[in-house]
Amino acid sequence: MLAKIGAKSLEDLVSYLPADVRFNGKLQIDDGKSEFEIVDYFKAAAAHNANGYASFLGAGVYNHYRPVLVDTVVSRGEFLTSYTPYQAEISQGTLTSIFEFQTMVCQLTGMDVANASMYDGSSAVPEAAMMAVRVTRRDRVLIARTVHPEYREVLATYTRHQGIPVDEIAYAKNGRLDLDDLKKKLTNEVAAVIIQTPNFFGLLEQVKEIAALVQSKGALLVVVFTEAVALGLIEPPREADIVVGELQSFAISPSYGGPYAGIIATHEKYIRQIPGRLVGETVDAEGKRAYCLTLATREQHIRREKATSNICTNQALLALMATVFMTVYGKQGLRELAEQNLAKAHYLAGKLPLVFDAPFFNEFVVRANGRTPEQINNELIEKKIVGGLPLGRFYAELKDSMLLCATEMSRRQDMDTVAAGFRA
Amino acid sequence: MIKKVSKHIVQNEPLLFEQSSPGKWGYQLPPLDVPPVDAASVLGKENVRAEIEDFPEVSEFEALRHFTRLSTWNYAIDLGLYPLGSCTMKYNPRVNELVARTEGLAWAHPYQPEALAQGCMEVIAALERALEEITGMAAVTLQPAAGAHGEFTGILMMRALLEKRGNARKKILVPDSAHGTNPATATMVGYSVENIKSNSRGMVDLEALERAVTEDVAGLMITNPNTVGVFEENIRKICGLLHDKGALVYMDGANMNALVGVARPGNFGVDVMHLNLHKTFSTPHGGGGPGAGAVAVAEVLKPFLPGPRLKRAGDKWAWNYDLPDSIGRVRAFYGNFGVLVRALAYVMAHGGNGLRQATLDALLNANYLRALLEPYYEIAYKAPSMHECVFSDDRQAKKGVRTGDIAKRLIDYGFHPYTVSFPLIVRGALMIEPTETESKQELDLFADAMISIAQEVDQNPELVKTAPHMTRTPRVDEVRAARQPVVRWKRPQ
Repeated sequence: MLAKIGAKSLEDLVSYLPADVRFNGKLQIDDGKSEFEIVDYFKAAAAHNANGYASFLGAGVYNHYRPVLVDTVVSRGEFLTSYTPYQAEISQGTLTSIFEFQTMVCQLTGMDVANASMYDGSSAVPEAAMMAVRVTRRDRVLIARTVHPEYREVLATYTRHQGIPVDEIAYAKNGRLDLDDLKKKLTNEVAAVIIQTPNFFGLLEQVKEIAALVQSKGALLVVVFTEAVALGLIEPPREADIVVGELQSFAISPSYGGPYAGIIATHEKYIRQIPGRLVGETVDAEGKRAYCLTLATREQHIRREKATSNICTNQALLALMATVFMTVYGKQGLRELAEQNLAKAHYLAGKLPLVFDAPFFNEFVVRANGRTPEQINNELIEKKIVGGLPLGRFYAELKDSMLLCATEMSRRQDMDTVAAGFRA
Repeated sequence: MIKKVSKHIVQNEPLLFEQSSPGKWGYQLPPLDVPPVDAASVLGKENVRAEIEDFPEVSEFEALRHFTRLSTWNYAIDLGLYPLGSCTMKYNPRVNELVARTEGLAWAHPYQPEALAQGCMEVIAALERALEEITGMAAVTLQPAAGAHGEFTGILMMRALLEKRGNARKKILVPDSAHGTNPATATMVGYSVENIKSNSRGMVDLEALERAVTEDVAGLMITNPNTVGVFEENIRKICGLLHDKGALVYMDGANMNALVGVARPGNFGVDVMHLNLHKTFSTPHGGGGPGAGAVAVAEVLKPFLPGPRLKRAGDKWAWNYDLPDSIGRVRAFYGNFGVLVRALAYVMAHGGNGLRQATLDALLNANYLRALLEPYYEIAYKAPSMHECVFSDDRQAKKGVRTGDIAKRLIDYGFHPYTVSFPLIVRGALMIEPTETESKQELDLFADAMISIAQEVDQNPELVKTAPHMTRTPRVDEVRAARQPVVRWKRPQ
C-alpha cells in the first residue's frame, strides 16, 4: 500500500505538515489494554457506585423494567452500526422503524406530527420555545416553576442571546401552576407558555383551562412531560400546540443522565417549523410504499444560517429502544404498567405527610417531619435504600421536603421501610 | 464486475399497526403487591384516557420478528465499508457495548448521592483527562449531546468571554467549505455569519480572511483538516490573525480522526473545539444517534464552561455548581454518559501509541484509495489528503452522470455510498473516508467497484443513472415525500 502511494513509511504521511504544528511527543495515555482488562476496569468503577440499592429517585429519570427484547433488537449490527438514513434504498429498516416511532409518539401525545427524536427532554424545551417564536412572531416566553428545574436552566442558556426574554410562573399552594400569576403575566407579546404535566412535583396540571387561557391571547401552549409511562393512563395534552418530552422511561437505562431520547410533536399546520429530522412516506420506482428523510429544507445542511435549528444528530438508537418498548407493552400493557405505577405511588404516599393536595401519578412531595430530608436519606442508605430527592437545591422554600417516586420496580417491603424512616 | 454481493431472500413486513390484533400483548408484569387504586377516583375522571388509539397489539415473538426483518433492510458497518466522508464510520468495538451495560453504571441515577456515584465520576474524569491530552487543551466538558450541540456550547463560551471583555462583537466567520451546522450554530448564539472563500488549493484564502477580520468579528469557525481532507497549512497564521484582533478560533473537530497523536489543536492556536465521540472515538452511530460532543477549551475559556464541573473534595469526586462565569447548562444532568463509557473504553484499548497508529492507518487507507481512484475520477484539489479524499464528478458529468448516480450504483456493488455533493465548494463532490478499520482487501474491492462504475459511465451511462438495481427498494421518490408530507400512519378510513 505504501508503494502504491509513493511513501516509504507511514511517517511520510504526516511529514509534510508544518513542523510547528506537528506533535512530536508521546500521548500520556497508558498503553493499550486487553478486552479483559477493560471489562475489569469498568466493573471496578461500577463497584464504586450504588449497587444493590432500592431507589425512590425520579425527578426526570425513572427506574422501569427494560424488557429483554429491547437490547436484543438494538444490538443487531444493522441498527447499531448504520449511519443516518440518507440513502433510503439501503436504510428502509431504520426509516420504517422511525416512521413507526413518529406514529406512536403521536398516538401517545394526541398530536398529528412528531419528529425522529431530539437529544433529550431538556434540550427539546428551548427548541419548542424557538419554534413558537417563529410561528407567532412574538418573542416572550413564560415557563412554569413546576417544569423540571434543569430544563428551565437549559431554556435560559438557549434563549439568552436570541432576544427571547423568559419569565417564570409561580405555583399555587396546591403545587400546580398559579393561574392568577399566569393571567397577570400573559401579555400580547408572549409567544409560548411552557408547562409540565405530570409536573416536577408529580402533579397533574389543568391543561384544558391553561390552554384556553393561553390560546385566547394568541400564544402557543407547550406541554412538557418527563414521565412517559403516565401517558399510558392519563389523558394526553390534546389541547397543547406543541408537546415535548423525554422517553427515558421507555427502556432507556438511567445511565447517569444520558443518552436519552427527547420528542417534539405538534399539529399538522406547524410541520414546516418543527426542528430536526423527519421521516415521510413515499413510493419507490416500482410504486411500492417506501420511506425517506423529508422536508430537509428546514435543516442546517441545506439552510445553513437560516435553518430552524442547528440540530443534526438525533437519538435514533434510543428512539428504537422506546419503539420496541412500546411495541412489547402495546395498548394493553402500557396501561397496566401505568396502573401499577399509580398503585405503588399511592400506597407509599398514603403513609406519608404530603405537601401538596392535587392529583399525582407516580411522584409526590413529602415533608420531612421536623428533620431534614438529608437525615432521612442517610438513615435509609444504611438500609440499602436511596431515598427521594431533597428539594432545597432547586426550591429554597421546600428545603424541608423531598420528592419521592415509586414505580412498578418498587417493592412493598422497601416502601414500608421508607415510610418507617419518616416516622423514626 | 460485481464481486461482493449476490441475491438474497428478503422478507416483506407490514407496519406494526397493520398487523395488530385486539387483545395481543408481548409483556409480562408481576402481580401487584399493593392494593390497586381506581384511576378515575384518584386522578379525576377527566384526567384518565379511554385508550391509546391504534397503539400496537402484537405478541413478543411477532415484535421480535418485525424488528429483525426491518433490520435486514439496512446497510451497516458490520456488513462492509461505509466510506461516508466526514462521518468516520469505523468499527464499533463490542466490548464497548458490554461495559456500557455494566449494571452499576447503566442503572446509576443522575441524582443518586455523590458518595454512591464515585464510579461514574471517575469515568468522566478519566475521559476528560484523556481528551485534554489528545487535544492539548486546558479543560474538557462532556456535557454536550452531539457535535452541533458542542459547537453551540463553544460559541456560547466565546461570546461569554468577549462580553466579559466588554464587547460581544457581531460576526462569526465561516469558510465556505464548512459543515452547515457551523453557520446555524452562530445564528443561535446571536451572531451574523460571513462566509470566507477557499483558495484554489481548497484552503482558507488568507487574503480574504485578513480583509474580513475586523473589530466586529467574534471569531472564526474552522474545520481542520477541512472538509476536503486537507490540513490548513496556515493554521498558525490564521489563528494569529484572529488573535491579533482580539477574536477567537473555534475548531470543528469532526475530522479529528486525522490528527490524534499527530497534531494537537491546543498547540497550534485553537481556543475551543469539539470532538465527535461517535466519529473519532468509535461510539456507534445507531442509525443517527446518540452522539456526544465533548468540548475542549484553552485556559482563557475555562471559567465559562457549562456546569456542573467535577472537582476533588478530599479523596472524593464532587460536582461543583458554584461557577459564577459559566454559560449555564446546555442540557440536563452531565452528558451522554453511556456514550462516554464507550469512548473511554476505545481510548483504553488503544493507549497513546495505538491512537497515533490508528491515525496513521486512517491516512494510509485514504491515500491508498486516492491513488487507486485518481486515474478514473477528478481529484478536487492536488494538495495532500489526510483521512479522506474528495473527487468531483467532472469527468462523469460529461456523460450526464452525476455524483448522486455513481453513489446509487455503488450500492449495487455492495457498498454504502460516500458523502454526496459535499463540501459545497466542490462541484459534484464525492467525499470518501475509509477510516483505519478497513483491510486492504475491502479497500481493493471498493476501488474495483468505483473503477468498474467509471467504465459503465463510459459504456452504459443509463445503467448508472437508474441505479440501484439490486436492492429490495429501488430509487425512492423524495420529491413526493416532501410535497405531500405523510409522517405518521393513520387507520384507513
